[in-house]
Amino acid sequence: MLRDITIGQYYPSNSAIHKLDPRVKLFWTLIYIISLFLGQHILIYAIAGLFLFACIRMSKVPVKFILRGLKAVFMLLLFSVIFNIFLTDGEVIFQVWKIKITKEGIYIATAMAVRLVFLIMGSSLMTLTTTPNDLTDGLEKSLGFLKVIRIPVHEISMMMSIALRFIPILIDETDKIMKAQQARGADFETGGIVKKAKAMVPLLVPLFISAIRRAYDLATAMEAKCYRGGEGRTKMKPLKYRKADAVAYAVIFAYLGVMIAVKICFV
Amino acid sequence: MLIILDKVNYVYSEGSGFEKKALDDVSLTIDKGEFIGLIGHTGSGKSTLTQHLNGLLRATSGSIYYDGQDIYDKGFVMKNLRSKVGLVFQYPEHQLFESDVFTDVCFGPKNLGLDKKEVELRAFQALEMVGFPKELFYNSPFELSGGQKRRAAIAGVLAMKPEVLILDEPTAGLDPKGRDEILDQIKKLHDETNITVILVSHSMEDVAKYVGRLIVLDHGKVMYDDTPKKVFRNYKELEGMGLAAPQLTYILNDLKEKGLDVYTDAITMEEAAVTVKKALGGY
Repeated sequence: MLRDITIGQYYPSNSAIHKLDPRVKLFWTLIYIISLFLGQHILIYAIAGLFLFACIRMSKVPVKFILRGLKAVFMLLLFSVIFNIFLTDGEVIFQVWKIKITKEGIYIATAMAVRLVFLIMGSSLMTLTTTPNDLTDGLEKSLGFLKVIRIPVHEISMMMSIALRFIPILIDETDKIMKAQQARGADFETGGIVKKAKAMVPLLVPLFISAIRRAYDLATAMEAKCYRGGEGRTKMKPLKYRKADAVAYAVIFAYLGVMIAVKICFV
Repeated sequence: MLIILDKVNYVYSEGSGFEKKALDDVSLTIDKGEFIGLIGHTGSGKSTLTQHLNGLLRATSGSIYYDGQDIYDKGFVMKNLRSKVGLVFQYPEHQLFESDVFTDVCFGPKNLGLDKKEVELRAFQALEMVGFPKELFYNSPFELSGGQKRRAAIAGVLAMKPEVLILDEPTAGLDPKGRDEILDQIKKLHDETNITVILVSHSMEDVAKYVGRLIVLDHGKVMYDDTPKKVFRNYKELEGMGLAAPQLTYILNDLKEKGLDVYTDAITMEEAAVTVKKALGGY
């Protein structure tokens, strides 16, 4: 159950995409999401899909893995499709009593679904090809300009990387405590909502205690290593652009250019 | 034969980038009343194996029988198995959650659906069995010392009156005194109630003294399955697996190499003393 969570998961590989600078990949994701909202012409989706597919192939991440990220938003996807199909006014093609399906409804629902799927696949691709550490480094650097208006970028990104770092640990811990309580006859699966909520107590109490203990330990360890915030802190592996990153930027801008051209010409 | 494992395989995170074979064709039989030591290096599959014995993990392939029943049969009730095979996890004190020790120990038997009197009786007996001091029964589990916490957690499993007790590194992180106390208590429990005990550890010294049978795992495979004496004869191979035989074995083997005719299979200090004296007496 808990293993299905792929957000923030990293798929180890040695592809060209993996080796790109995290800032490039962040920028890629941003541009890709913007491009999806350029218009609803079929050509726009076709190019976006092709581009995404090419990137996935290059990253060597199995498609199955990227699709797994869709599981989490399946309900959302389903709802948005159903609402759009049934609640859009327009040319009626099918009607039973008050429920009607319109041509526009189908059109919008499909467009919406495709857009959502691409959006999630695109951002999963980024997290799957970037280690959480790289990701927060990239964010810290990209958002560094916010320091001017006194936003503690370093502290936020440190918190983020710690939080990301703790996701797998806490999942493991949950798994362990769950098993330990199951070994004592606890039942997490059957029963109504009240019984299920009650069954969570033996899981949550130890989990919170362990999370707090870990947080204390980590804070002590960081202080022992003289951590005192971002002021004057240098990196062991500072981010540096390479040739491939310049090429990637060029590709991204070319992609954006093509999309805008398509929008101007066809929509 | 109480438990039979037939060609059990287990693969972690199948189909992801981190696939790992944790159990490799493990076949074992475990009899009632045995005291077994399960030994292996970190990551050798010890914990994975123990979790199969009470159905917390499901084998990728192979079958497991408990008391003649296939535990993967459709009609088999896992909950019953879990009450018969008590598993004490590593650092079991991390699963304590109630406001006092006694209520926490009651959690297991209560889940079995027993009436209140029986639940409390069992909890009381279990705490007695592990030698938990009476005056601390109603203290918060979080105020106890490491050793006491561990006792309370072991009692939590014992209170379900399992037929098989599996302890995953019950002495990890305890001081030598706490370690000996816990192990002695387990030995006593085994001798008095004839419960089947499986003791998981990576330290030969810990288990050598107590167990009657030693199973050595390496990379998910059973390498040795014999009496401790016979297993320790392979002390050189054990080293290759990142394990070490008890120091006695090394000393006795060195003595023998130097020409002193000692009995190298000795496991306890007493046995060793006798054989060394005897060998020296011959001079």
